Amino acid sequence: MDTEAPTPPPQPERRGFIKKVCAVLIGGLAGIVPAVSGLLVLLDPLRRKSRDADAVLVASLNALPEDGVPRKFAVIANHTDAWNRMPQVPVGAVYLRRLNGKKVQAFNVVCPHAGCFVDYVAGNKGYHCPCHNSSFTLDGRIGDPKSPSPRGLDELEVEILNDSEIWVRFRNFRAGTAEKIPVS
Amino acid sequence: MNRLLDWLDRRTGYRRIIQYSLYENIPGGARWRYVWGSTLVFSLTVQFITGLFLWMSYNPSSQTAWESVYYIQHEMWGGWLLRGIHHFTASVMNVLLVLHLMQVVIDGAYRAPREFNFWFGLGLLLLVLGLSLTGYLLPWDQKGYWATKVATNIMSIVPVIGPDLQKLVIGGPDYGHHTISRFFALHAGILPACVLGLLFWHIFLFRRHGITAKDPKRRPAEYFWPDQVLKDGVACLAVLATVLFLVLRPWLFNTGEDLGAELGAPADPSETYSAARPEWYFLFLFEFLKYFPGGTEVWGAIVIPGIVMLIIFLMPIIGRWNLGHRFNVGLSFSLLGGVILLTYLAMTHDKRDPAFKLAVEEARRDAARVKMLAKSPTGIPREGAVTLLRNDPLTQGPKLFAKNCASCHRFDGHDGTGNQPSDEPSAADLKGFATRAWLTGLLDPQRVDSPHYFGGTKLRDGKMVRFVKKDVAGFATEQKEQLNKAIVALSAEAGLFSQRDADRRGAVLVAEGRKLLNSEGMRCTECHKFHDQGEDPTGPDLTGYGSRDWLVDFISNPAHDRFYGKRNDRMPKFGEDKVLDDHAIGLIADWLQGNWYEPDRE
Repeated sequence: MDTEAPTPPPQPERRGFIKKVCAVLIGGLAGIVPAVSGLLVLLDPLRRKSRDADAVLVASLNALPEDGVPRKFAVIANHTDAWNRMPQVPVGAVYLRRLNGKKVQAFNVVCPHAGCFVDYVAGNKGYHCPCHNSSFTLDGRIGDPKSPSPRGLDELEVEILNDSEIWVRFRNFRAGTAEKIPVS
Repeated sequence: MNRLLDWLDRRTGYRRIIQYSLYENIPGGARWRYVWGSTLVFSLTVQFITGLFLWMSYNPSSQTAWESVYYIQHEMWGGWLLRGIHHFTASVMNVLLVLHLMQVVIDGAYRAPREFNFWFGLGLLLLVLGLSLTGYLLPWDQKGYWATKVATNIMSIVPVIGPDLQKLVIGGPDYGHHTISRFFALHAGILPACVLGLLFWHIFLFRRHGITAKDPKRRPAEYFWPDQVLKDGVACLAVLATVLFLVLRPWLFNTGEDLGAELGAPADPSETYSAARPEWYFLFLFEFLKYFPGGTEVWGAIVIPGIVMLIIFLMPIIGRWNLGHRFNVGLSFSLLGGVILLTYLAMTHDKRDPAFKLAVEEARRDAARVKMLAKSPTGIPREGAVTLLRNDPLTQGPKLFAKNCASCHRFDGHDGTGNQPSDEPSAADLKGFATRAWLTGLLDPQRVDSPHYFGGTKLRDGKMVRFVKKDVAGFATEQKEQLNKAIVALSAEAGLFSQRDADRRGAVLVAEGRKLLNSEGMRCTECHKFHDQGEDPTGPDLTGYGSRDWLVDFISNPAHDRFYGKRNDRMPKFGEDKVLDDHAIGLIADWLQGNWYEPDRE
């Protein structure tokens, strides 16, 4: 430093204190406004809700083998991604499997453990998750007691309309919980 | 508590840092004139904070940049406030920079040993200008797009390296995805990093050399804390209040604009934008360039500003002599005066230019319209919001009409966009074409040969005009009533949205009118075809008259046998001769029909 500072004279204690409080408050106020405006925008996703699950036409009954072997189908529905609204795009996939007669069972292909897509393995007569080796039986229950998945595959509501149209109420569920909780 | 703090201090040394920051000596005591540097640090901090938050919602590509900014501004919590603070703090910061620089020059604070600090400050000034310039493009709206295009084109006139430099900056020969990526990397990465580095050094040198105390010292020396901190805090709060005032101005004065920063219509390289202007703090350069005729722009854009910057850069050396210092102060004031004068001239030129005002008005209309379309149930398609306006009859119809139709036709007396063409109209006024009111006028003996209908055309003496002027003029009351029913039926053929309810309610009337149109008494089918009636038509087909399909076919080829055939006056075959494509003709038809999205329509 080019000048050595003489020590400033002590100020009256009270006046100094009020000034210090004011300085902190005013400085804090000036800083908090931009931070709050940013935090609001940051927290905006918390108020976004997942779309309501309308039933979606997924396939026709004829497309399913009669012996109950599951088949994977894409679910095509309207999708909103922030500002984009996209009509009729793939939003997920389901396994459909024919039970006796005209009954159909539908599973979301997402593994309830951590959200990977499960594969149907014909040899094992069940589903297998390639990520952490969860396994499920044909009817969606946990296949192996050592399976890391906390619950069986998530079954979806199915309705058969006009004798052969398979309509599925497609939803996603929270991963990692024993309970089946829809993502809202 | 104290033991904990001691423990912390031993490991982090925080007390020394606080000591160092707060107990800076200020000879002569705290003063208001020392606050400028702090307000700039504050402004930069605000920009860093708000910029980081904006970053978290911004999507840099030519199909998503505008869309994500729209989403921030209009859909996200407090987005308008965040964007507004970021935008207006940039403006305020440019003013503060000039004030800070002026003060340094006036006080001679650039003198030895502070030359480097002056140069770092100049570097910071240029970096902040660079941040302003790059940030202006990021919303990818018409304003930012065209203004930045001008700025980067100026870059290309730099001798030798100009064209390559321009290519490097915009990421290729044309504007596109990479232009946004590069500007964003500059705006949010490279330039802020340089600012941080220089600012750190700037403050470090400031502390090293101490404050340039203003003589005479009125009071004994004080520490920075708390008096100067309080003064600085109040000044920063005043800066923030100014920014908030600017953000809330539309609400305070009820101007009808959006709160916060403006967002124009999405950038469209195919749509001219005559309202393009740089942000106000660059207006002086924009105006300055007007004084350099073709071929000499390099002087106005690069050489002269470069020389001025060089002189400012040399100020610490010039200022070593007393006379030199006076020269510096005088030059600073003259430059500031020049900048203010040029800015004032730029603004008044625009204010007095009716064409510019119209362009601004059109830009506002487009911006409002695209936001309405973005909010519609179909939302923004993946191709981006620019297609919303390109496919919107309400936006494109008037422009297409003005360009292609208004040399003969009028729309409510003007050219569709509100301008008055200099020539007299020589074909029908198409406002409300095929509505009941329009047809009533056409079949009115007083009006049929007026310029509003056939008056300007060669059909002025045609069969239709003769029929209306002789036969219709002689209609008895009962026939007149029948004519009205026929008009209702013919108008219903158009399926106009504006008459939808009336057509539905008057279904019986429409059915009756249809029969009358086909009846011998009305004589329509003597010359016109109407559904299965009319054997040897010479006039236009009345089946589906005024409907979208009818209009599209008519505009495509009015000389088709279905319409005027050989009798067609001067109307070009817009589709047949490829003057307009199907999309454009469809837009004109939809616009004439009044068929476009409105939020309150089903």
